[in-house]
Amino acid sequence: MLAEKYADRIEKIFSKYPDKRSAIMDLLYLAQEEYGWLSGDALEEVAALVDVDPTQAHSIAGFYTMYSEKPKGKYWFQVCTDLPCALRGADDFYQALCEYLGVEDGGTTEDGLFTVEQVMCLAACDRAPMMQCNFHYHENLDLDKVKALVEQLRQEAAAAQGE
Amino acid sequence: MEHILLRDLDIPDIRNFDVYVANGGYEGLKKAVREHTPEEVIQIVLESNLRGRGGAGFPTGRKWSFIPKDAPIKYVVVNADESEPGTFKDRQILEKNPHQLIEGAMIAAYAIQATAVYIYCRGEFWDLAHALEEEIEAARQANLVGDDVLGSGWNCPVYVHLGAGAYICGEESALLNSLQGLLGQPRVRPPFPAQPGGGLYYAPTVVNNVETLANVPWIILNGAAAYKAIGTPESSGVKIFCLSGHVARPGNYELPFGITFRELIFEHGGGIPNGKKLKAILPSGASGPVLPATGEVLDAPLTYESVAALGSTLGSASFILMDEDTDMVWAAAKMTHFFKHESCGKCTPCREGTYWLERIYRRLLRGEGTMRDLELLKSIPRNMQGGVTLCALGEFAANPVLSTVQHFYAEYEEYVRHAEATREARQAAEQMHDYTLGEAGELPEAVGQGGVR
Repeated sequence: MLAEKYADRIEKIFSKYPDKRSAIMDLLYLAQEEYGWLSGDALEEVAALVDVDPTQAHSIAGFYTMYSEKPKGKYWFQVCTDLPCALRGADDFYQALCEYLGVEDGGTTEDGLFTVEQVMCLAACDRAPMMQCNFHYHENLDLDKVKALVEQLRQEAAAAQGE
Repeated sequence: MEHILLRDLDIPDIRNFDVYVANGGYEGLKKAVREHTPEEVIQIVLESNLRGRGGAGFPTGRKWSFIPKDAPIKYVVVNADESEPGTFKDRQILEKNPHQLIEGAMIAAYAIQATAVYIYCRGEFWDLAHALEEEIEAARQANLVGDDVLGSGWNCPVYVHLGAGAYICGEESALLNSLQGLLGQPRVRPPFPAQPGGGLYYAPTVVNNVETLANVPWIILNGAAAYKAIGTPESSGVKIFCLSGHVARPGNYELPFGITFRELIFEHGGGIPNGKKLKAILPSGASGPVLPATGEVLDAPLTYESVAALGSTLGSASFILMDEDTDMVWAAAKMTHFFKHESCGKCTPCREGTYWLERIYRRLLRGEGTMRDLELLKSIPRNMQGGVTLCALGEFAANPVLSTVQHFYAEYEEYVRHAEATREARQAAEQMHDYTLGEAGELPEAVGQGGVR
């Protein structure tokens, strides 16, 4: 349970706000980090921590793009295909990435490692094409660079499994 | 001239607390707290003619002056939810000049005697938000933030709050709701954030953009008159212009108001790549009307008033450039898709309008558009504008549609002409199909396999 495992972190989050409820966004991130995604159980757990109805936690999780109510791949690629990026080739880049990984738009690879998704502007238009992988930015991309990244992540995942 | 905002371009390591302090950092805050009353600080910012850099351009000093002095609890909230397509200026401040933002926010907080400062960072700024927390801690240890700031007896902690991916949270009342753990949807106003009942936790609150606050330390140190001497009388000071799309050197450019479109795009941005001609300019991201790149536009000065006179808006000064090969129907469809995705769903004109506009664009791009669709593209946006929604998102969403229809209507007609020609060819084929059926009494092979359709 989050409350026991992360007591200090949760206490620190609560200390930022005069109202417990403000902590819900940070706690949803914490739950997602712990469980990989926000299941109904995870949402109930977070709701109980901030004293709101589970429905409220569901509505907040569904409102924002960085929370996922479905299981995702270990590496979550969110590619910006908004107008400024698209003018610099982001649509073609995204399609090439999907083909390389052998997935449809929004899909996850069969080995469960990679999920790809299109997202709205990430405030990096001067370094397009770009994406975030598990919330970290990768910029000025092309297919070769992303292939190298995928290869590196596959090795990391394999090494982690071997441990 | 040395940069006022993007000081990292002159001093690369200025993100570090020690380097910032060694280069005059926090002297503005010290001067404000030690030499000025809060009222004097508001007066200086008012006289500098600093206007909000988030897009609306509201005078900053006036905003601060609305806060009731006798309110027991007051907040400064920094809007770092930078999400407008084509905008990436606040990111450079947060990432490379974090202390300048912290200092500016603390001066604002001193001016209204705030209880606390919250910096609302978009969730995607995950890495820089965590780095920012460390810089805030460095400032706290130097007694510039937190308890008894500079021995003045005034307490003001600074906190970072992470959003989670929603454009609407850049709208100030939606941002406040999001910070309170409510759904990030706009509030009914009045009361406005500065008024009791309208702000964070319903206490009077100043909400300022990152770039706006980054100007403040310089203004306090150098005086209102020095700042006002930069730029033009109505649009004072410097602005960060973001260049993206079809431009040789995309990036942020800090320049005084009043330079022309041409200087910005061709001198600073290096012009259009591959020898192409510039076709269209979005001066304020996806939210403002598109301008065709005519000589009149290119020679116009970049000020709030002159861009408004051209029929667009300077907004956050996010220039998305499009060359002669750009399909403007496709570009408008992209922006419409953005607004449809980002509409929070609270107000009917915006929710329904963006939904139906997107369907029409999809039809057009699939080659199935009709003249009636073009009529709808003229009428639907009109029903989203004119103050029929709680916030400006619906108004913004109408702009790319109306302005591309106005300036590039021939491209829309071309889509429809092509679709009509396809329909006619199909009808002719279907007639042939009926005729063949009548003759033979059974499906010809190609038709049976769907070959004609």
